[in-house]
Amino acid sequence: MKLPIESDRIEKHIELKAPLARVWRALTDHREFGKWFGVNLEGPFVPGQTNRGQITIPGYEHIKMEVIVQKMEPERLFSFTWHPYAIDPKKDYSREPSTLVEFRLEAKGASTLLTVTESGFAKLPAERRLEAFRMNDDGWSEQIKSIEEHVAEKS
Amino acid sequence: MSRKRASAVAAPRLLRRYVPVFAALSDETRLSLVAQLIDGRPRSISQLTEDSRMTRQAITKHLRVLESAGLVRGETAGRECLFELEPEPLEEIRDYLDLVSKQWDKSLARLKKFVEIEG
Repeated sequence: MKLPIESDRIEKHIELKAPLARVWRALTDHREFGKWFGVNLEGPFVPGQTNRGQITIPGYEHIKMEVIVQKMEPERLFSFTWHPYAIDPKKDYSREPSTLVEFRLEAKGASTLLTVTESGFAKLPAERRLEAFRMNDDGWSEQIKSIEEHVAEKS
Repeated sequence: MSRKRASAVAAPRLLRRYVPVFAALSDETRLSLVAQLIDGRPRSISQLTEDSRMTRQAITKHLRVLESAGLVRGETAGRECLFELEPEPLEEIRDYLDLVSKQWDKSLARLKKFVEIEG
């Protein structure tokens, strides 16, 4: 069994066959981000500022996404904090602790190595953790299906 | 697929347990206690206090928090209380993080397609 200290963070590595500049634009241009992530953001990403948007994935359009941009170091690091699965549109999540999402870019020849980390789960208040779990358990497998159908339609 | 079904079935039990587990682990001392017990061998409060700079009383308090979250089980053996790790809650939060992890896999697969194909 792994040490539980690793349990508070998720780390992903992916190699993208596209140059740094292309990946950077896909991550930080809010319209491009919206296309692959499935969210209709209201404005550009600006460090220190909040950006909001409605999820555009069919069946989940009622869900609002809210991120606070932390760092934008061109072609190197893009990070934001958010409230994962803030699914109740009537509830104000802005005062609650959030997780930190970091996208780190590194050139590898003509490709880009992207590392994504999400950390800080253990700081979430109890009630939100319950909700996050419920979202995962009941909603996510359906959501994945919707995403796959959506992508298939577009391509 | 079978894993997904299994977690859906287990949901109500998980929901009750999930709350205190992350909270209990959100502390460095308690994490280090769990790390010490991770090999599955029971240890006494004295043994667990030896490796820390804290008092026996403070360690006991942290062990009680872990116990109420279901992460350890204490049993009296003679004059000593032995603490043993309960692996299940750790496995459950790991399952949860696995699910979040899978969401990122899906998102990143879409990003890959986006930058590689749609150019």
